[in-house]
Amino acid sequence: MAFDYAPAPESRAIVDIAPSYGLFIDGEFREAADGKVFKTLAPASEEVLAEVAQASAQDVDHAVKAARKAFETWSALPGAERAKYLFRIARIIQERSRELAVLESLDNGKPIRESRDFDLPLVAAHFFYYAGWADKLDHASFGANPRPLGVAGQVIPWNFPLLMLSWKIAPALATGNTVVLKPAETTPLSALFFADICRQAGLPKGVVNILTGDGTAGAALVAHPDVNKVAFTGSTEVGKAIARTVAGTDKKLTLELGGKAANIVFDDAPIDQAVEGVVNGIFFNQGHVCCAGSRLLVQESVADELLDALKRRMATLRVGDPLDKNTDVGAINSAEQLARITELADAGESEGAERWAPACDLPSSGYWFAPTLFTGVTQAHRIAREEVFGPVLSVLTFRTPAEAVEKANNTPYGLSAGIWTEKGSRSLWMASKLRAGIVWSNTFNKLDPTSPFGGYKESGYGREGGRHGLEAYLAPSSPKGEHA
Amino acid sequence: MPTTVPAYGSEAAERLASLADVTASDGALRRFLHGLPGVDAVGLDARAATLGTRSIKTSAKAYAIDLAISMIDLTTLEGADTPGKVRALCAKGVRPGDGAPRVAAICVYPDMVATARQAVADSGVQIASVATAFPAGRTALPVKLADTRDAVAAGADEIDMVIDRGAFLSGRYLEVFEEIKAVKEACARPTGTASDGEAKGATRSAPGGAAHLKVIFETGELQTYDNVRRASWLAMLAGADFIKTSTGKVAVNATPPVTLLMLEAVRDFHATIGVRVGVKPAGGIRTTKDAIKYLVMVNETLGEGWLSADWFRFGASSLLNDLLMQRQKLSTGRYSGPDYVTVD
Repeated sequence: MAFDYAPAPESRAIVDIAPSYGLFIDGEFREAADGKVFKTLAPASEEVLAEVAQASAQDVDHAVKAARKAFETWSALPGAERAKYLFRIARIIQERSRELAVLESLDNGKPIRESRDFDLPLVAAHFFYYAGWADKLDHASFGANPRPLGVAGQVIPWNFPLLMLSWKIAPALATGNTVVLKPAETTPLSALFFADICRQAGLPKGVVNILTGDGTAGAALVAHPDVNKVAFTGSTEVGKAIARTVAGTDKKLTLELGGKAANIVFDDAPIDQAVEGVVNGIFFNQGHVCCAGSRLLVQESVADELLDALKRRMATLRVGDPLDKNTDVGAINSAEQLARITELADAGESEGAERWAPACDLPSSGYWFAPTLFTGVTQAHRIAREEVFGPVLSVLTFRTPAEAVEKANNTPYGLSAGIWTEKGSRSLWMASKLRAGIVWSNTFNKLDPTSPFGGYKESGYGREGGRHGLEAYLAPSSPKGEHA
Repeated sequence: MPTTVPAYGSEAAERLASLADVTASDGALRRFLHGLPGVDAVGLDARAATLGTRSIKTSAKAYAIDLAISMIDLTTLEGADTPGKVRALCAKGVRPGDGAPRVAAICVYPDMVATARQAVADSGVQIASVATAFPAGRTALPVKLADTRDAVAAGADEIDMVIDRGAFLSGRYLEVFEEIKAVKEACARPTGTASDGEAKGATRSAPGGAAHLKVIFETGELQTYDNVRRASWLAMLAGADFIKTSTGKVAVNATPPVTLLMLEAVRDFHATIGVRVGVKPAGGIRTTKDAIKYLVMVNETLGEGWLSADWFRFGASSLLNDLLMQRQKLSTGRYSGPDYVTVD
């Protein structure tokens, strides 16, 4: 008899999803001005979870006005007072973490193991971290009395809905800005639950406003004349459109966009851990990760050995119900994304790369894509150049460290990279040559609020996290006395 | 991949002979062991921790509990051990109660082997004996070999030897290798001394056959993961039937990452020459929850083929009662408490 793990579903009972949600403006939920709504689905089952208001340009205007009004008092609060609210929010997130994890897995499709052990702990950590900065901004190396910018318009993606919210909101509030945030169309729910947490924490009205909707709401938000700061995480295509919108205005802009990271494995790598790192690099969160290690660059002398080990390991990945505690790979977030992954994977095959996926039973409803790898990939293939944003790994080989650097850098992106070698001097040499905002050594997808995150080239500009993350929300310091 | 043969089979010796060049000299052996891929400690710990989050419920838990019971080397290794104590342990191991399967073996000091042998009779429970000046191993080789032969002659089916950590840590790998080989030879059962009640269990060596050899590394003393991987290969090359983490007598005994690493070494050794070796974590595994984490590691590293007492053991004493209590809880829905399992 084999050791078959019985289903171990996390209970849905802990989360109470209302049939419909309004927009969170000036401390209250209200319907969209034009009454429009849309549905949000559970990607694992295509079940409708709730109906959500579709924000219009008029709603954007109301939200920005509320944020502007709140800015006067919020920015005037002593940092230590703002910190109290942020600490309170962080603690409430910890207290409600199981509920939020289940909600996130339902709306996004990611495995509960990840939302429980990765997303939620990091969300709380982000608020705790920036709460600590709120009364120490004078000592953050931006000069004395650095000032907030005003109203921040923030647009976030669907891959880590609550985590991306925390990356945006925590530093903005700590530095004294107020916020209008638009979550992604396919994953609005956790942001709406966060709105409830803001109320629970007694956060003054208008400091945080949440507008749900599609791309038009996001476009209206970034174009709004009374927004002082735009922060966007998402695709490079939309990022470019936002940069064009913001060009010529006095809005400050940070963009965290796509990636096509190289995970570089040398012949002296700790092989078992490198295999884990490669798997974690591309199959974590179904590959819906901007810093995913979607290109495996392996030294030719160990390529066969590594690929055998990688295939053996991929065959043990458990794909299925996101709420099952033993699931490793969950559902693709939307039909649209599934279509894009399918299209690119098919292109890989038709361009001559060899496709491999372990045998795995995929559920009949919902959006699913088996963990897949391509061998025989060259730099010329689309799957080596375009961001798939799915569980698809392209395997390329190299002969020397210099060739590894050349191939790793040969991409329009520059968000992250991984180096696997037991030789410290080589790690350091590689890190200095790689044009990537984050370089991991013998690990991958390791994130921490204290560490700045951001890209080079078409992966965007500006940094989130760490002391650097404060800079995006602060104006240059004013001479003593001039400060209002 | 080559066809699979068990480490204790006669074909294994031929397979090992194919690697004779790496054990031909101290230099060759050192180069081979130091040429094994390194271990990244952070990554290994993280993988073991992730596997530890598997949620094993209902039918899977029932299967795992019975499997774990059947894999226990029920152990007493105390200065205060008496024939009475050993007989009590044997009775428990043979019939843990409530229809639970028997344990794999009773593990005792060499002077208790005869008592244990008689007590388990023809139940199929094996007798394992520690030997080679357990636990420190700090005595001369002839003494270690005599210790081993004595235990085998008294009826031990399995010998749990300790490696010379001093020799290993000072880099005298060939010395450690030769010592394991010598102990393996001492495991041969001289004709005519075969004990009663044999050939019942699946792993029981045939009458007159050699006792199976488990090689203990005392990983808490080897300290680094690189050392554990090297020791694993060293022991397997020398003919170990099982590799075992610890004596249970030092501060750090079996841990999930160390065991995972040894499972990976066994997997790689098997992939290389097709010889199948068993793994035994020992010391510090006291709860059902812990035992299940180990079984998950075996399942996801080596697969179904290793999920039997032939290839995986727990060196433990108090673990059995916790498994029995959880077993009761699972079948009755209630937790009966420690007074409903026996103190042995």
